[in-house]
This record gives sequence, structure tokens and C-alpha cells, in this order.
Amino acid sequence: MIRGALIREFEAVFGKDAVFAAEADRLTYAYDAAPLEQVMPGLVVRPTSGEALAAAVRLCGENGIPLTVRGAGTNLSGGTVPLPGGVVVVTNGLNRILELNEEDLYAVVEPGVVTAKFAAAVQARGLFYPPDPGSQAVSTLGGNVAENAGGLRGLKYGVTRDYVMGLEFFDARGETIKTGSRTVKCATGYNLAGLLVGSEGTLGVFHRITLKLIPLPAAQQAMMAVFDRPEAASETVAAIIAARIVPATLEFMDQFTIRAVEEYSRAGLPVEAAALLLIEVDGHPAQVAEDASRVEELCRRHGAASLRVARGAAERNKVWEARRSALSALAKLKPTLVLEDATVPRSRIPDMVRAIDEIAREFRLAIGTFGHAGDGNLHPTILTDKRDREEWARVERAIAAIFDRALALGGTLSGEHGTGIAKACFLDRETTAATILYSQRIKKALDPGNILNPGKIIPAPA
Amino acid sequence: MADLATLRGLLRGLEEELVVCMRCGMCQAVCPVFGQTGREADVARGKLALLDGLLQAMLEDPEGVRARLERCLLCGSCAAQCPSGVNALGIFLKARAILAGYLGLSPAKKAIFRRLLAHPRVLDRAVAFAAVFQRLLARPVNETVGTSCGRIPAPVLAGRHFRPLAAEPFHRRCPSRETPPREGGPRVALFTGCLIDKIFPSVAEAALRVLDHRGAGVFVPPGQGCCGIPALSGGDLATFRRLVAWHLDLFDPGRFDVLVTCCATCTATLKKLWPALCEGPVAARARALAEKTMDISQFLVRRLGVAGAPGAGREGRVVTVHDPCHLKKSLGVFAEPRELIRAAGGWALREMEGSDDCCGMGGSFNLAHYELSKAIGRLKRARIAATGCEVVATGCPACMLQISDMLSQAGDAIAVRHPVELYAASLPD
Repeated sequence: MIRGALIREFEAVFGKDAVFAAEADRLTYAYDAAPLEQVMPGLVVRPTSGEALAAAVRLCGENGIPLTVRGAGTNLSGGTVPLPGGVVVVTNGLNRILELNEEDLYAVVEPGVVTAKFAAAVQARGLFYPPDPGSQAVSTLGGNVAENAGGLRGLKYGVTRDYVMGLEFFDARGETIKTGSRTVKCATGYNLAGLLVGSEGTLGVFHRITLKLIPLPAAQQAMMAVFDRPEAASETVAAIIAARIVPATLEFMDQFTIRAVEEYSRAGLPVEAAALLLIEVDGHPAQVAEDASRVEELCRRHGAASLRVARGAAERNKVWEARRSALSALAKLKPTLVLEDATVPRSRIPDMVRAIDEIAREFRLAIGTFGHAGDGNLHPTILTDKRDREEWARVERAIAAIFDRALALGGTLSGEHGTGIAKACFLDRETTAATILYSQRIKKALDPGNILNPGKIIPAPA
Repeated sequence: MADLATLRGLLRGLEEELVVCMRCGMCQAVCPVFGQTGREADVARGKLALLDGLLQAMLEDPEGVRARLERCLLCGSCAAQCPSGVNALGIFLKARAILAGYLGLSPAKKAIFRRLLAHPRVLDRAVAFAAVFQRLLARPVNETVGTSCGRIPAPVLAGRHFRPLAAEPFHRRCPSRETPPREGGPRVALFTGCLIDKIFPSVAEAALRVLDHRGAGVFVPPGQGCCGIPALSGGDLATFRRLVAWHLDLFDPGRFDVLVTCCATCTATLKKLWPALCEGPVAARARALAEKTMDISQFLVRRLGVAGAPGAGREGRVVTVHDPCHLKKSLGVFAEPRELIRAAGGWALREMEGSDDCCGMGGSFNLAHYELSKAIGRLKRARIAATGCEVVATGCPACMLQISDMLSQAGDAIAVRHPVELYAASLPD
């Protein structure tokens, strides 16, 4: 429990309206979007200034209370689930875009700016911020950086990491640390931004983020290719990459997902299809036209049963509506949904699709698979009911099996959802004992009191 | 107070609906209250977690949960957007009733719901009495909007600019009516609704004019009252059910083909909540009535084929449309009010940004949380004003009240009208 005197100290810094001590408020910060056990925090604070944010870190440090930073709480690996009795620092009150520089193509933001709102503000100036995680309508940029979030455009445009030019953050004592710059090139000091991106709040608390912007592509062309064998779809993905074409998006949907989407949205998807590819190329109009026709030809050559090329914005929207509704459609089938993101080198997508199919049969589970085939990041989505203990045990074994198969194919545990609590115990399967020890030493050196979101990413030292 | 195990037993009935929420948090994008406060307890995910917390005995503060559940506009934005299809609105209404049953209603609510609202004739008399006194206590403040404010500052008004009670409510102008249709025309029942009866009788009169003009038979039974939504959102299921039964007796299904209302909230309540929150034979009768119930603009456009001429809605006086939550998000009706305005002619329809964002009224929410309600309403007002319109049209009298208050406080000269009023005004005398 957090002492009353300390709560009053927090209230003195933040004002009463920004400190939540009541049980009924704290419970609403005991979870994120990962299907994990809830953990009741001791206190929740919502700073609205950088000074207050630093003070929150300092107060936690001085009192040895673990602190978990939370943006929108959409994390899928438990990174924002607090420690028992710990403090949750909510950043959605720090939501200003401080600078949007059209000459030097960068923006400086506070951590609580909502991703989609930022992307829209950028686009209104004819510029482009490509990372578009599925939760972008609510997720915060601070959270995106802390998780190194991805999205549908990873293949061509990369992920959040590729857009972080600089950071200002608070260390475990609340001191300001600066890294990176507003310049394209920067070789000054350690690349601390590289360390902090994806650190899930374990090494510092973001105060200001400098993000790279790029020109908005002038044209795009979307299309949908239908396959009657899943292998044909995944082979087509490999063929497009091999032909040196880099689509902006290259998404895969298996039959289970197609049927769920069709049942849900009646979008006119071919329910007999074994798999779908949703493809979009973008860039200069001439290049878009050429790439589109080459992709079309590759799809046909690799056995696409049919191909729909979107004419105009309405049809393009329809293609992406089908993809966007995949998660909703699956979510409506069962109460609990486990969305995995194990990722493989993209040439191994056909093997991974097969492996997931085998795992679904072995553990007698309903798994819908869709995702970013172009960058090897599939989302096998297990549909279950957490209350069914027997089935949940099979789900846990299936998750471990998915990880093992992805690693055997040269892949990784997480493409974009982060390690958090959910995958920390699997880290040794992908890395080495020395890697974990090395990470533990970094953590210990930078946060000797172990107050910054302890227990996330790396297993606690034995 | 009974023990918490009893409460958990009552909440168990919600378990199957509660587990549907996967805590994805997408409701944060659309919740107007969360948009203002950024507090998780204000958004649907947080509220669902609180109910689940009570159910799973993670929390022992039903009073605290109730207070947080009441910080909700019941606008349904979350449910309309929910990827998992959580019936948030239904859950919240049922939970409010369960908690009110367990904790008891406040004396004020009990008096208002059980002594006034539950008895339509008593409510009519009380409001008539208030209408007389209002002239002494209020003065007009904005002629275009038609609002008044208190002559002397009163805490209960909190600086509100309100639309005054009508000198003569609709039920006095038209106590009852049953006119036959012209040959082949439909027989239409009109459910008036309290706000239209007592504050906006001109809307109901406009509806009658339009229905007469179109040759519909009109059935207006005497003794109508409230649809019950204030009681239901206050957790008073008994008063709600009493009002449902009362109206089911008034509206004899043999005497009309379609029931229309000019109030989006009444329509949504009749169509969705009457059947969902009643039991046994009453629920079956409510279901039958729900199938016949339509919004007035929906009825005029879909059933009677009212439509604008080609190109209508482009030129004329500028009007913008606010989509009431209970019309668009609850019932999917949004094209019809616009079509009605096109059919009226002489109007240039100019869309505002976020026409379907909630106005912040939320019925009793506005009374209990006026500052929050006002903050949300001001956003709406700014977007209305940005269109440069002369008139804002909306199909819900509750939205009309809130928008009038916001426009008037900002000193705008923008009139607030129901789409059916605009259409009625275009008809020949």
C-alpha cells in the first residue's frame, strides 16, 4: 500500500484531479489489452506537464515504488500491466504536437499524442508518418516508441524505430537525458535512442520524441488476389519480393479469417477461397502503374484464381475495410482472443502458414491467421474462452509451439507487440543466457533501484 | 444493505455479456467523456472492468462503481465502434438497475421517478404549474435560438440558457386524435415524448401537418407520458416497466400500421430498450410494437417516398445537420433527415466536421455533470458555427436543448430546428 502522506505529496505536485487513489479508479489501470491476470496498482497519476512527469519519476525513485508508464493501454504483451502496489503514470495528458517542421521534415511530440491524430496532422501538410499499428486510432506515440510498434506498412516503410530521430527522457532519478537530433545525420554520443526504442518503459520515461517525416506518396493502387491453395498465396508473396518489387502493404488472410470477415461484414469476399492477398503499391504514378501490372502478372502466374483491382478511392477503401475488420470479425466468435505476432524471414511464410495449420490441428484449437505477409509478420489468432481451463492449457502449449516453429525457421518471438510479461520467459529460447545477463546488467546499471517497469522484457535475475 | 455476495449473484447475469470485452481499448477513440478527461474509468473498457471487478470480487466498492457508471452519456459511441460487439449500452443500463436495486435510489431520484415520471397526468400538471412560474423567473436571452436564462443567478441553473417550457404543451393543443387515412394511406400513431410535448410542441404539430398533407391517418391517444429512459438510466427499472405497460395499453396495435416519434431518444428506447428490458408477455407486446416503430424522417423518406428534386440541397439558406446518437449510432438513421431537408427545398446542406459526435447532453448527465457536458457541447457548437449556417437541424429534442444552450451562450444567431419542421414549412398552406 502507498502511504497517505505520499499520496498527499503526489497530490501537492499534480493537483487532486490528477491523482487517483480510490480502489475503483486504480482497478481501471490493472490491465492492458493482453489476456493476462490483472494487477492492482497502488496509485495512478496523470501528469499534464513535463515537470510533473519528472516529479512522478523522482517521487517513485525516492520511495522505491515501481512505476509503469501507460499511454492508451493497448499493449498486447502486458508491458503496461503494473506491479502490485506500484504507480501507474498515464501520459495521455501530455498530448501536444510541439513542432511540425515542413522544411526539415521532422516533428517533435509529447508522448501522449494519439498516433492516428498525429498521422492526420502530418498528412494535412502533405507529409507522411507511415507506422500504422492496428490500434493507431487510440495508441499513443510514446507507447509506439516504447514497444517499437509496426503496422501494415513495415515492408516498404519500416517500423517506429525507423522514424525516431531523437528522444528526451527521464532516467530513474527524474534527470533529463537527451539523445539524437533534429538533423538527418547524428553521430554524437551513444545511440541511446536505439536502446530506448522498444525498451517498454524499463530504461527511461519519454518526455519528448523527435520523429522523421517523409513526403506523401502521390499515388497508390490496391488489389485483392484470390487463391485456392494457401501455398499459392504465400509463394506469390515470395515471388513479388524476389522480383524486386516492394509494395507498401502485402497482407495475407487465411480461409478461416475470410469466412469470419464475410460472416461479419458481408463485404462480398470469396468464402471458398483458401487464402487472399491484399496488396497496395504506392509512389510516383508511373511507377505505381508499372508495379501494379507486374504484381498482377505475378499473381496470375502463381495461380491466383481471380484478381480484383480497385478502381477509385471507394473500391480501395473496400479492399482495406476487409482487412481492417479481420480482428473484429474474429473477436466476435469467442470471448478470448490471443493475438500472436511471431515473425519469420519473409521467404519462410509458406512454411509458417503450414506450421500454424498443424499446430491448430494438434492442439484442437480455432486459429485464424492473417497479417503482414510481406514482412514475415503473421498474426495467428487463437480463439478461445479463458474460463475453459482445459482449453486454456492447450492454448498455452500452442503458443509455445508457435514460438518454437518460428524460431526454427530463423524468426523471432515478436514482430511488433513487444516482449512484456507474456514473452519474457521465452527469451532464452531465442537468445543466449549471456544475452539475458547482459540485458540484466544494463538494467541494473541504469536503474539500480529497479523502479522502472520491473519484470518486463527480461526475466528477473535468479 | 445486503452483502456483496448477493450483489455478485445479481451481476452474474451480466457475465456472458461482460466477457465479450477483450480490453482492446478502441472505445477510447470515440468516447466523448474520455475525450475530455482521459480517465480510464470514464471509458467503456474501464466501466466494464469495474463491473467485472465487482463480479470477480476484486473490488468491494459498489458505491464507487455506481458513481463511475453514471459518468456516461449513454450515447452508444463505444458500442457502435466496438470490434468485439460488446453491448455496452445494454450492460450499463442493466448494471445501473442492479446497483440501484442493491444500493437503493437517492431520495430525489425516487421522488422524481416514482411520484412524477411514473404518472403521466401528475407530470403534466406539475409541468403546467412550473410553466406559469417560469415567466416570473426567466427572461429571454437569444431571440434566434429562442433561449431564456434566469432573472437572478440560481445555482440549479448554473448559467444555462434554456428553451422555456411551452405556454401550451402539445397534449393541450391536441389532446387526442384519430383521423382516417386517405385511400390507401397508412395509419400512423404518434408517440409524442415529454420534451416535444412540453418544450417543442411545434415539432409535433409539424409532424401532424406533414402526415395530413401526405394523406396518412393519424392516431394520437390521450394520456401519453414519458418513454421511460430517464428512469431506466437512473436505475429505476420498476418505473420504466410501469411506463412501458402504460403505453402498450394506450397504443392499441389494431389501430395503426406504423408508430412514429419525432424524438430520436424515444424511438431508440421504444425500438430497443422496451423489448430488451421487459419480461414475459409485456416483452412480447413491446417487441411487436418495436417492429412498427420508426423515426419520423425515416418513415417519410422510406415509406412515403418523400425525396428532394435532383440537385436539391446545394443552393439556398445554409443548414447543417447534427446526427443524434440515438438516431445514427443506435438505429442507423442518418440519410433520411438530410433527404427530408432536400425535399423541403431552398436549403444548402453543409456538413459540419463530426456531425455524429455526441453533443454532450446525455439526459440526466447534463444535470449531474454540467461542466463536462458543456465542454463536450462547446466542441459541437464550434463545429456548427464553422459551417456558417443559419440553421442547425437535428432529430432529437434533447440534442436541440443542449445545442440551443451552447449556441446561445456563445452568442450565435443560429436557429435550432427539427428536420420535420423545415419540411413542414415548405408545404403549401
